Amino acid sequence: MLLRQAAHAAGLAAAGLLGPAVRADLPQGTQDSEVLDALPGKQPLLKRSWRPPNYETPLAGFADVITPNERFFTRWHHAGIPEIGAASWRLEVGGDAAGPALQLTLGQLRDEFEPVDLVAVCQCAGNRRGWSDPHVPGVQWGPGAMGNARWRGARLKDILARAGVAGEAVEVAFNGADRGPLDATPQFVKSIPAWKALDEHTLVAYQMNGAPLPHWNGFPARIVVPGWTATYWMKQVTSIRALRTPLGSFWMSTAYRIPRGTFPSVDRFVSQETDASTPITDILVNSLITHPLQGSRLPPGRQALVRGLAWDGGAGIGSVVVSMDGGRTWRSARLGPDLGRYSFRAWQFAFTPTRRGTLPLLARATSLGGASQPLAPIFSASGYHNNAVQQLLLEVA
Amino acid sequence: MRAALALGLLLAATVARADESAVHIAEGPGAELVQARCAACHSLDYIQMNAPFMARAAWDAEVRKMIRVMHAQVADAEVAPIVDYLATRYGAPAP
Repeated sequence: MLLRQAAHAAGLAAAGLLGPAVRADLPQGTQDSEVLDALPGKQPLLKRSWRPPNYETPLAGFADVITPNERFFTRWHHAGIPEIGAASWRLEVGGDAAGPALQLTLGQLRDEFEPVDLVAVCQCAGNRRGWSDPHVPGVQWGPGAMGNARWRGARLKDILARAGVAGEAVEVAFNGADRGPLDATPQFVKSIPAWKALDEHTLVAYQMNGAPLPHWNGFPARIVVPGWTATYWMKQVTSIRALRTPLGSFWMSTAYRIPRGTFPSVDRFVSQETDASTPITDILVNSLITHPLQGSRLPPGRQALVRGLAWDGGAGIGSVVVSMDGGRTWRSARLGPDLGRYSFRAWQFAFTPTRRGTLPLLARATSLGGASQPLAPIFSASGYHNNAVQQLLLEVA
Repeated sequence: MRAALALGLLLAATVARADESAVHIAEGPGAELVQARCAACHSLDYIQMNAPFMARAAWDAEVRKMIRVMHAQVADAEVAPIVDYLATRYGAPAP
């Protein structure tokens, strides 16, 4: 089957039909070590690593525009992930750009701040790293290190106001309860620019799709930074600090960075920029074909339905176009309901294949900001931001 | 082989949940050292997952990052045998 696909691809490439769109192959070792496994309280997900538990959502988990909690991906840097009781959890809010430190209980977080509901995509910065060509080190994610949920929480800006955060704040830093197995291992700490922390959509969320957050997704509370990659969405958050100076940490100054000027990001993170690089910020416009699967067979003369999702960093999705001839011609897909500009947008496209043979199917999303998915991925050493147009080879027979 | 693998996956999905004890790294000089030092903090499927595309220099950089940044407890004299093992068993094939 694979050989046949490769032969078809070679033939199509020779005929000039195939663009440079992504050929999605995970490393062989990733494929060999992948298993479907259910963490406690979760449905089976694709295991990438046991400890810490890095699990991605299989394609079937994206059938709905909202990703169920039980199928939501998990990503942890450290294996020490404590079980936190709702009653014992405390959130410390302070920092050198705030007034005296205060502590909030979960009840206070729920009752003393106006609750906000927001649908937003949580996408790991390294989503699709496993498709990088050439491959680069890291967790070898396929396309499922992401999910879309309806979050409920308090506005971070309201909490910061309670803590007397002053105008001198440059960044707001987060720490969670997770720890490395060694005391010396640096804690996973992250910061966002003050302007993003004060955005009315940035939340401290205590509900996910109408339920408490699953343990593996950050119970009892996590930061939600709509439009930005999940590295900032601190799970099991225990500390929020408003800072007058940029946070110094491996996780800010070395990891999760992209070369400047390489990607069409919209948002800047000036206090952490160097001449050469910047922290990754907003999610680039992207789409995923969720049905049919790669290599599927379609009977000629019968209507077929292509389904998928599209999303971006907060401009919202303007259009999705589909090509059935390797990118020579494109037709508009029908967009599903609009759940807000930070949400997945479902789309579908019906057509009736007639000619037997290989059908190269592409889908390309364009945001309301005018950004479109590139036909070829932009390479980076950490495999971030792979938003290239996907290509499926279908068999009409 | 393929049937055995498929059966294995089926069992993993339907029987009690598997765990990292299912991970077996390749035998060879340095394997026990890798088990002792690397698995202190993470499961060894991290190694399998990142194969076979990293050249020796990339494995070397990874091991040194674990020591310098994550403070992995690895003696200076242990670096070379660990890198040798990773490059030999899980490294990119020679060009």
